[in-house]
Amino acid sequence: MEAYLDNSATTLVSQGVKDIVIKTMTEDYGNPSSMHMKGVESERYVREAREIIAKALKVNEKEIIFTSGGTESNNLALIGMAMANQRAGRHLITSSIEHASVLNTMKYLEEQGFSVTYLPVDEAGRVRLEDLKEAMREDTILVSIMYVNNEIGTAEPVGEIGKFLKEEYPKVLFHVDAIQAFGKYRIYPKRLGIDALSVSGHKIHGPKGCGFLYVSEKAKIKPIIFGGGQQKGMRSGTDNVPGIAGLGQAVKEAGEHLEENVERMYELRQYFMERLSEIDQIRINSPKGREGAPHIVNVSFLGVRSEVMLHDLESKKIYVSAGSACSSNHPHISETLSGIGLSPEEIDSAIRFSFSVNTTREELDYAVDTIKDRISTLRKFTRKK
Amino acid sequence: MEFKLFLIKYAEIGVKGKNRFLFEDALVRQINLALKPADGTFHVYKEVGRIYVEAQDYDYEEVVEALQHVFGIVGICPLVQIEDHGFEDLKAQIVKYMDEMYPNKKITFKVNARRARKNYPLNSMEINGAVGEAVLDAFPEIQVDVHHPDVLLNIEIRQMINIYSKTIPGPGGMPVGTAGKGMLLLSGGIDSPVAGYMIAKRGVSLEAVYFHTPPYTSERAKQKVLDLAKKVAAYSGPILLNVVNFTDIQMYIYEQCPHEELTIIMKRCFYKIAERIAKDHGCLALVTGESIGQVSSQTMQSLGVINDVCEELPVFRPLIAFDKQDIVDISEKINTYEISIAPYEDCCTTFVAKHPVTKPNLNIIKKSELKLQDKMDDMINEAIEHVEQIMIHA
Repeated sequence: MEAYLDNSATTLVSQGVKDIVIKTMTEDYGNPSSMHMKGVESERYVREAREIIAKALKVNEKEIIFTSGGTESNNLALIGMAMANQRAGRHLITSSIEHASVLNTMKYLEEQGFSVTYLPVDEAGRVRLEDLKEAMREDTILVSIMYVNNEIGTAEPVGEIGKFLKEEYPKVLFHVDAIQAFGKYRIYPKRLGIDALSVSGHKIHGPKGCGFLYVSEKAKIKPIIFGGGQQKGMRSGTDNVPGIAGLGQAVKEAGEHLEENVERMYELRQYFMERLSEIDQIRINSPKGREGAPHIVNVSFLGVRSEVMLHDLESKKIYVSAGSACSSNHPHISETLSGIGLSPEEIDSAIRFSFSVNTTREELDYAVDTIKDRISTLRKFTRKK
Repeated sequence: MEFKLFLIKYAEIGVKGKNRFLFEDALVRQINLALKPADGTFHVYKEVGRIYVEAQDYDYEEVVEALQHVFGIVGICPLVQIEDHGFEDLKAQIVKYMDEMYPNKKITFKVNARRARKNYPLNSMEINGAVGEAVLDAFPEIQVDVHHPDVLLNIEIRQMINIYSKTIPGPGGMPVGTAGKGMLLLSGGIDSPVAGYMIAKRGVSLEAVYFHTPPYTSERAKQKVLDLAKKVAAYSGPILLNVVNFTDIQMYIYEQCPHEELTIIMKRCFYKIAERIAKDHGCLALVTGESIGQVSSQTMQSLGVINDVCEELPVFRPLIAFDKQDIVDISEKINTYEISIAPYEDCCTTFVAKHPVTKPNLNIIKKSELKLQDKMDDMINEAIEHVEQIMIHA
């Protein structure tokens, strides 16, 4: 048996996505910018994907920019909006538990003379609205908060934040990194007061190397990639037609049975957490119930370093992520796990399981049974004090 | 300037008496191997105690770099070869050569003629004088310096006439394949690939053994070892990598023996297994990257206790008296450093004691090992039986 429980890292592409990617690589392979028929044909795929995505978000088609994935979407949103609005101010706000593609971009902007406030989180990993209110300044131009945290699955109060900003600071832009959330929540940026939203294709059974950024028509943004002026100059470079077509298909499929799928994932998640509690000395780091996303369960198996657990599970064809890298030589402390107040030992033994629509109860049973079977042996061989 | 010929200089193999041809043939073989992936057509040949590489439609940088990976070469001389159309023509050709080769004429030079063909009308001294004069007449800025010239202009009168003035340093050493085979204990660290490189430099072919301890070391840690072996193979030629699964043995030692002796006993096992495989595969020595005092298992006492398990084969430790920085310098030169420091550090450190023994006593260690005697032999046999073999090409 095999259990792929690392769907927050990447997912298997769906049959429908695979078909359309192959078709746009082998039959309708034209360059959408070409003037001839081959170009027109392939441009249709791009139009259609744009239409699907615009519909899913209930936004205008021209508010969608295709990118090479989540990292580029976040870079474009933050750098593009910071640069375009710097006359109004140079203060940015984000949380301390954002993905590296936000945190490191913020660091870059700090080098460019912007000042950034990093909001702390509570023990569930949630940003507090009061903290945000306090951090707001006259020269604040942009707030960026993730929808779902990628390590523990906490759903951030983006609706509340959006509402607060639109009411109190209508000029401040609100960017949301929805890379882990899209496909698990129906996200309508305009209703949530979101001005920019990042999404990645391969987290929702689409191909790698593609994603999009929604940017409200009203938001000022500058491009960060220059060239032939594709996508109205916002993102030059020949359109990645197979990626875009695959992304459109993935978005379509994600929306089809979203509520049912999410319900089923929540049940699986609940079941998995219950079964995990059969193991002693564990700590579930993800929020319980609906405060967390339906597909992420982060657990510390005290006394077993996460990398050892990961490789041991790997040998049984169970694939998961480690909460933090082996810290023997290159300490890498997870901002999220330390941000929610875990002890070094809890951080060192954290494992992330993440589901998809394909995840089955059997896979979860197999994973739990395997861990139960192995954990005493693994615990025996820890560092002697 | 375009060169159609390279003169390959070699030092030590020139003095090997009757075995000389063996070494030269090995060098020719290694040069051919090194040039295989390069663009162009090449002809490598021996001629009266010289090795030449004839090259057509090639890229100069690529060829020089390939040759700089061949042990045994001390110098690579790009060479112009002309036919003998009389001394006046020779002088004209030399002037042309100097003009093209040295666009900046603010240099000093000296002519060094050798007359291998004794019926040439002028002797070496006469050639030196006349050619020097011709060059000076042609380029008033150039000066002669017989003691420390910038340019040593070599002229060799053979059937053909060779002109060269530039020697690109080669790696030195002896051609690989002239000294038997060694078994390198390869880890993911900085030292062992350098040790492999240095031993290969003395003409030794290499095999390697790597001890893998999943889940405590990851697939990526193993990949790192494969990547390192590939870099070493760029000098040593193909390396057969023997991957030994060591997890069960490690766990067994961990359970049975005093914690602070773990590393020593583990390393004794490494050597025991490595020697067995080495002998089976016809290797004549073990090769390791140890250096005195670098870590607790590399003190004089530790090295002695570890060495004790080897029954027949000698252990070669080319880095034994090197400082870390010197090792790092070589690893940077052979492009293994970047790979070695990649952060896929194995979680073996889980088992390393905080205060390991630094002055182990052989009798005490042997006594501890008595606790392992029930299963150890079987476990070692089992590990050797299941070795995974991977052929690594550069």
